[in-house]
Amino acid sequence: MNFRFVEEAIDTATARVELLDPGAGGFVTFEGWVRDFNEGREVTALEYEAFQALAVKEGERIVAEAAARFPVRRALCIHRVGRLALTDMAVWVGVSATHRGEAFDACRFIIDEVKHRVPIWKKEHYRNGDSGWVNCEACAATPSHAHGALHAHGHEPNAA
Amino acid sequence: MTAASAASAVPPVFGLVLAGGLSSRMQRDKATLPYRGKSQLERVFELAAGYLPEVYVSVRAGQAADPSRLRYPLIVDSVPGEGPIAGIRSALAARPDVAWLVLACDLPFLSEAALSQLLAERDPAASATAFCSTHDGLPEPLCAIWEPKSAAELAAYQEADGRCPRKFLIRHGAKIIEPRDRRALDNVNTPDEYRDALRSFDSEASAPMQVKIQYYALMREQAGRSDETLETAASTPADLYSELKTRYGFTLSREQLKVAVNSEFASWSRKLAAGDSVVFIPPVAGG
Repeated sequence: MNFRFVEEAIDTATARVELLDPGAGGFVTFEGWVRDFNEGREVTALEYEAFQALAVKEGERIVAEAAARFPVRRALCIHRVGRLALTDMAVWVGVSATHRGEAFDACRFIIDEVKHRVPIWKKEHYRNGDSGWVNCEACAATPSHAHGALHAHGHEPNAA
Repeated sequence: MTAASAASAVPPVFGLVLAGGLSSRMQRDKATLPYRGKSQLERVFELAAGYLPEVYVSVRAGQAADPSRLRYPLIVDSVPGEGPIAGIRSALAARPDVAWLVLACDLPFLSEAALSQLLAERDPAASATAFCSTHDGLPEPLCAIWEPKSAAELAAYQEADGRCPRKFLIRHGAKIIEPRDRRALDNVNTPDEYRDALRSFDSEASAPMQVKIQYYALMREQAGRSDETLETAASTPADLYSELKTRYGFTLSREQLKVAVNSEFASWSRKLAAGDSVVFIPPVAGG
């Protein structure tokens, strides 16, 4: 199990222990946090939702791809779902490797792919009371630009 | 037999499936193209055999040993020249006492309704009985009954360098009838037409069935539910999305979505089966 969802705060201390490895000389983590602005709007909270049956499979595939690409010892990604407040951690990626270089590379690879490929959605709640699904609302408002928008921002990472 | 009774005796109709074409536009043998597991040749042969006492397959001289033709009673072209006229004339020469219901090998939609109409409205006194095309109103010579008397007329026509059986029918007083099954004569000559025909077969094959749908994020809010079991005639996720987009007014276009069937990414053209679980995946935003 190298990819999983949690509904409570991510327990990084336990996660770190899972990646301990006598052959590892370096350990890199990435944490994605809930930030107070996105695309010029003041954000007060985020709500995450996932199609978990497929998301876990796709997440596991991403970690396996990272392990095939970079000589890592162990790798793990944990994503939180539900309503999160500012400064809460939404995602955690940890990689242990023989050397730091591949640990950095693999960690970057995993978070980038997770943002692009795993069926997870987030709804931003704004200071003014509005809310919107990231990457869905802008496209939906301008359907005539939909096709270009898919590549321009449809699956782009933002926030975190 | 007296002269009077000979004149009144209506010759029987045998079937002739034309499988000698070059299929040059299709770039593969049209006779062997499969539709729902049966080759075009098998389909049309069996259809004709259901109505006629004897059915033959018309081939060119070089095709008699072709494995896809070998199992059928064959009439090999015996008169010179190329194209359907040579095949029709060869059959008329082989059995001068019968009329031939000639059927091309590129009519996947040919139906029992069309054959029974043609036989019912046949005029044995004409050179031939043919449908007129629903596309251009001209007679369709390759789904037509050719009477024995047409043999001599066809020979003369070919002698005068005539090659087009349709022009022949226009000039020689064939009986032309309006097809009730308007799609029966739609022919398939190119890879694109074949693909369209297959799609059409597929969508007909799909009786309404139940599929499960789960909605997430924006689509869950727009549908007002997170899942449902739906009776649908949609045969692919693409068709299903069109149906649901109309029902719920989804704002995302299909191009913005991916689709999963049974918890795995799937193609929009995948064939849905009863009980499948479908999820449309809006643009993702993890992290």
